[in-house]
Amino acid sequence: MSIKIYIPRETTASSLGAELLVKAIATEAQYRNLDIQIVRNGSRGACWLEPLVEVETAAGRVGYGPVTLEEIPELFDADFLNGGTHAKSLGDVNALPWFANQERLTFARCGIIDATSVEEYASLGGFVGLKNALAKDTDGIIQEVTDSGLRGRGGAAFPTAIKWRTVADCQADQKYIVCNADEGDSGTFSDRMIMEGDPLSLVEGMTIAGLAVGADKGYIYLRSEYPLTRIILEEAIANATAANYLGENIQGSGKNFTLDVFMGAGAYICGEETSLLESLEGKRGQIRFKPPLPAIEGLHGKPTVVNNVISLASVPVILEKGGKHYASFGQGRSLGTMPLQLGGNIKNGGLVEKAFGLTLRQLIEDFGAGTATGRPVRAVQVGGPLGAYFPESLLDTPLDYEEFAKAGGMLGHGGVVVFDDSVNMARQARFSMEFCSVESCGKCTPCRIGAVRGMEVIDRIVAADSSDERQAQHIILKDLCDTMESASLCAMGGLTPIPVMSAVKHFAADFENR
Amino acid sequence: MQQLAGPINYQDWNLDQACEAIQAFKGRTGGVMLALHKIQEIFGYVDDSAMAMLGKEFNLSRAEIHGVTSFYHDFKREKPGKYTIKVCQAEACQAMGSVKLTEEIKAYLNVDFHETTNNGTFTLEPVYCLGNCACSPNIMVDNQTYGRVSMDGFKALTESLAREAV
Repeated sequence: MSIKIYIPRETTASSLGAELLVKAIATEAQYRNLDIQIVRNGSRGACWLEPLVEVETAAGRVGYGPVTLEEIPELFDADFLNGGTHAKSLGDVNALPWFANQERLTFARCGIIDATSVEEYASLGGFVGLKNALAKDTDGIIQEVTDSGLRGRGGAAFPTAIKWRTVADCQADQKYIVCNADEGDSGTFSDRMIMEGDPLSLVEGMTIAGLAVGADKGYIYLRSEYPLTRIILEEAIANATAANYLGENIQGSGKNFTLDVFMGAGAYICGEETSLLESLEGKRGQIRFKPPLPAIEGLHGKPTVVNNVISLASVPVILEKGGKHYASFGQGRSLGTMPLQLGGNIKNGGLVEKAFGLTLRQLIEDFGAGTATGRPVRAVQVGGPLGAYFPESLLDTPLDYEEFAKAGGMLGHGGVVVFDDSVNMARQARFSMEFCSVESCGKCTPCRIGAVRGMEVIDRIVAADSSDERQAQHIILKDLCDTMESASLCAMGGLTPIPVMSAVKHFAADFENR
Repeated sequence: MQQLAGPINYQDWNLDQACEAIQAFKGRTGGVMLALHKIQEIFGYVDDSAMAMLGKEFNLSRAEIHGVTSFYHDFKREKPGKYTIKVCQAEACQAMGSVKLTEEIKAYLNVDFHETTNNGTFTLEPVYCLGNCACSPNIMVDNQTYGRVSMDGFKALTESLAREAV
């Protein structure tokens, strides 16, 4: 019988040479006359161990990583196909503290199974949620989602069930489910990871959403920076359709749901839901005035659910194990688990799914093992380019929507970017304005013009010769940020002041010309 | 740093071929976007002459087509080099020295962003996040992402790519 070897087909692993490993291992096995079968899983999320090669042995699944091309002959010599010891041996990967200390609900299958296999997906609880949903009516499905306490994981944290209820209550000849997979925030990659590692959970979640609100058509709006994700998603959709988990008369229920992947074209603003809908209609991705809400007038003017990837991919486990089970994780009003993404200057970066309540310090020190450069942590940006910069003194803030808001930040999509003490925070603040100026859709003045003025003011602050002059410019910056915050049409202009003002507040010395 | 993917061979601009290729997208949701992606996939850019053609095919004005094309960073209006290199400019990569790396890359290739090297091999573009933030700094060459890029690695990679492009 052939020996199963798992090598991820996934962007992180691929960016570090996984495809070369696949070829090299296959060639070496052939040369040595060994019978192997290479399975393409997703990443388990320990990016620091990628490319992570796992072998199914008599004693269970054992890992080796990060594996380089040069190590392949050595690994064969060490008899890694039977779990032999090598410098890169990790043993049972699940037993590593990095994984053992996580609480995986949404990412339970990610990295374990052949990513696009319907059979393997179903063997680990896949499609149980869909079957349960098919046995319920609209109210029954939405009740489970309500019980789960699930809030939009894209960043806005709006209760998912309320959005679904609004669409379900609309009378219309056509409704849509749109998945926002325009994961543009720097420091975030959980959407990509689940779409590459367990794409069928998204397919199932969208189908359940369709059943709940009465929509038979779904779109996944995917950013163009993820070409590999597209290939994997389309394969998963084709496999699900062939197995009748998508398409006409799903599992004999009489219900229909079809799904298409739609590619963005490199515009950060298309992660804003109304801009995304414009883009999906083939137009410039300029935001729309709200109201009307997309739930009432969305794609092509029809009632539309627009949810983030993680929100939708969390639905199957909620319908499988019950909303109350999901809600038994977390604290306060932040219920369930959050896939946190640890990136930037970090030693052991990757995806950590954990119930809400873990502190930022535990995440960075216990999981991340500190900075990659070995220098002290000076600043941490949480929630993408529109999230606050936290100083070391705020690292004990629990990762929870409300706790973060209290500390002047936002949890957003759960991206955590670590900087060491070489960072210049005036430059980071200027970059926030620059990014806004590059990516603004241009519809409203505070964002379009404000971002450019913001860069200029920060330049003047840094160049100021006297503290009086600096103070005068700081007043202008504060005033500008107030205007952007209160008068912008969407979060792009409205939240850009958050990283800027947090840098001013916590790292004032960096703004002084030295 | 090892080369992970080879060159993409774009075809020379041909308006009739472009028109033929986009017929399937008429009447589809987001048809104009689908058409622009298709044209770019075949030719590497969207020629000026496509504006009037797409306007006619989608029953829109040339201005509207131009508006869509110019809104998105991905749609190019000039033929790119044999490889398009995107260097991540976002925060996670900044935390791992991408600002310096970018300066060094620009100096090494002797181009600024949105420019193509004199020999027509490399076009350099900025990108804001490639979703590989735990392995920064990142670059993307056409459809392949490369993680933990150093300047030495970049030189080795581009030399290898340049050899293959000849």
